[in-house]
Amino acid sequence: MGAPERRVVLSAVAVLVAGAPLAVESRYLLAMLVFIALNGLPAVGLSLVMGFAGQVSLGQAAFFAVGAYVSGVLTATHGWNGWLALLLGVAAAAALAVVVGLPIFRLSGLLLAMATLAFGIIVYYVLVNWSAVTGGPSGLAGVPPLTLGRFRFDTDARMFWLAWGSLLGVLALTGNLVDSRIGRALRAVHGNEAAAAAVGIDTARLKLGVFVLAAAITALAGGLYAHYLTFINPSPFGFGYSVELLVMVVLGGAASLWGAVLGAATVVLLVEALRAVLPLLTAAHGAAEYEIALFGLLLMAFMLFRPSGLAGLAPRAS
Amino acid sequence: MTAEQIAQYLISGAVVGGIYALIALGFVIAFGITRIVNFAQGEFVMLGALAMATLSARGVRAPVAFACSVVSVAAFGALLYRGALQPLTRAPALAVLILTIGASITIRGVALILWGTDPLAVPAFAAGPPVLVAGAVMVRQGFWVLGVAAASFVALWWFFTRTYSGAAVQACAVNPLAARLMGIRVDRVGVLAWLLAAGLGAAAGAVISPITYATYDMGLMLGLKGFVAAVLGGLVSPPAAIAGGFLLGVVESLAAGLVSSAYKDAVAFVVLVLVCLAQVLGALPWRVVEEG
Repeated sequence: MGAPERRVVLSAVAVLVAGAPLAVESRYLLAMLVFIALNGLPAVGLSLVMGFAGQVSLGQAAFFAVGAYVSGVLTATHGWNGWLALLLGVAAAAALAVVVGLPIFRLSGLLLAMATLAFGIIVYYVLVNWSAVTGGPSGLAGVPPLTLGRFRFDTDARMFWLAWGSLLGVLALTGNLVDSRIGRALRAVHGNEAAAAAVGIDTARLKLGVFVLAAAITALAGGLYAHYLTFINPSPFGFGYSVELLVMVVLGGAASLWGAVLGAATVVLLVEALRAVLPLLTAAHGAAEYEIALFGLLLMAFMLFRPSGLAGLAPRAS
Repeated sequence: MTAEQIAQYLISGAVVGGIYALIALGFVIAFGITRIVNFAQGEFVMLGALAMATLSARGVRAPVAFACSVVSVAAFGALLYRGALQPLTRAPALAVLILTIGASITIRGVALILWGTDPLAVPAFAAGPPVLVAGAVMVRQGFWVLGVAAASFVALWWFFTRTYSGAAVQACAVNPLAARLMGIRVDRVGVLAWLLAAGLGAAAGAVISPITYATYDMGLMLGLKGFVAAVLGGLVSPPAAIAGGFLLGVVESLAAGLVSSAYKDAVAFVVLVLVCLAQVLGALPWRVVEEG
């Protein structure tokens, strides 16, 4: 998609987003759409990392958690302004991404998947064990909704505007980035790293930049999530969520930003459908693990038969 | 901090280190031949432990149960490579990595369905009270762990340096194209490498299961530790991977004792990032990874 077409698509989706809460009556459906946007943001971030830095991160859930907890703790416990807290959460995630990524990207990228997996596990431990601040396993309640003057983002419809507005904003920005000089450099790195380095591209720095940007986008979604639900606990931010994000990007076909949003929608709806169906088939315990096994099969099937994702199911143009 | 306590940490660290070394060897052998970082290596460990638990519960004696677990998981590893990974030989590294992640999650899910969530107890290979070693307590199974690790190392060394097939495997690790020109079936050697890697993982899982119990979700953490151990040794050298395994086990045990046991699992990650940083800064006398 070139820049002019993208502007058309973005505007069209923006109109739909502006009108949707007026047309959609069901609160359940609106909440589902909010969750699609809140998952779409980290999926777009991970698709940048996979599609343009050619790496897998298995710690994206941790960046989401950092965004959620920094913003949640600062507002609920310390009474900060919500937007300031959100911003600080994003900055904290970006800083952590630099710490994790700086040594890794200078070396072989093979290490990133394992290093981020380990990073995600540590963040999860901290959330559970540092209960004086995070509330431990029972979580943190009373996160206030975001406000603009007197306007409170406290209904599903208002949150829908905020979440989809953020997603469209991020898509516009990252879309421009991909089409820019930096985007061309990134594609060159992905195509042939040695050749890219030979024409003077600092490949390690570019990849690190993409990783940090992805972490920031993911933390933004985490912050919005905390202010939307007003309650956070560690369990949604484990390894399983990082895998879900990976599935979203693989379904969408890595390197396709809109594909990532499509993947997010598919996974959110799939999980919802599974939660309705699985209890009928099995005993109550471990339903979440069955989900994960299914995601594992999906990952294998797509890598073996459809590496280009759901978009690859459509007939090729050329 | 007394000398006894230090001795205790060193001994516990060495036992866990033997496990990490076995898993790390699996990573190194699979990576050396097929250039695949096998994310599912930890699941072979889990399968070995659960197979051991099932066979022991049926009354099979420990040596037979151990052998059956290792052989069946090794065959499974070879099948996984032949069936799912070899067709992707020409695919980008990212796709192959995602495939092994998918395999790992699928194996864990199937194990959950077959074995359930409860940790399964496995009887020690030889019953008896713990033994005092240099003032520290060592469970009897610890000797079995170290014994199995040592026996595996010697057997592998013998295989790689004294047999024709072992030489073929080494040739493939050094230069697959040249090996192929010499008439070595490189694709078969890949299957053999995965057979060995899965077998080593299963041996680690089966021998540690009397100490840690066997659960469907034990593979992720053990696989991660084994990987860090392999990276410590440079990911391509079997002896260095063994050293990396014992080093990580001891460092982890000391850190848990001296700092905090709540964050014991964080040690592997900190070690991984620190050695990478050290290599970037040029402060490491050896290389942990090829620079890319």
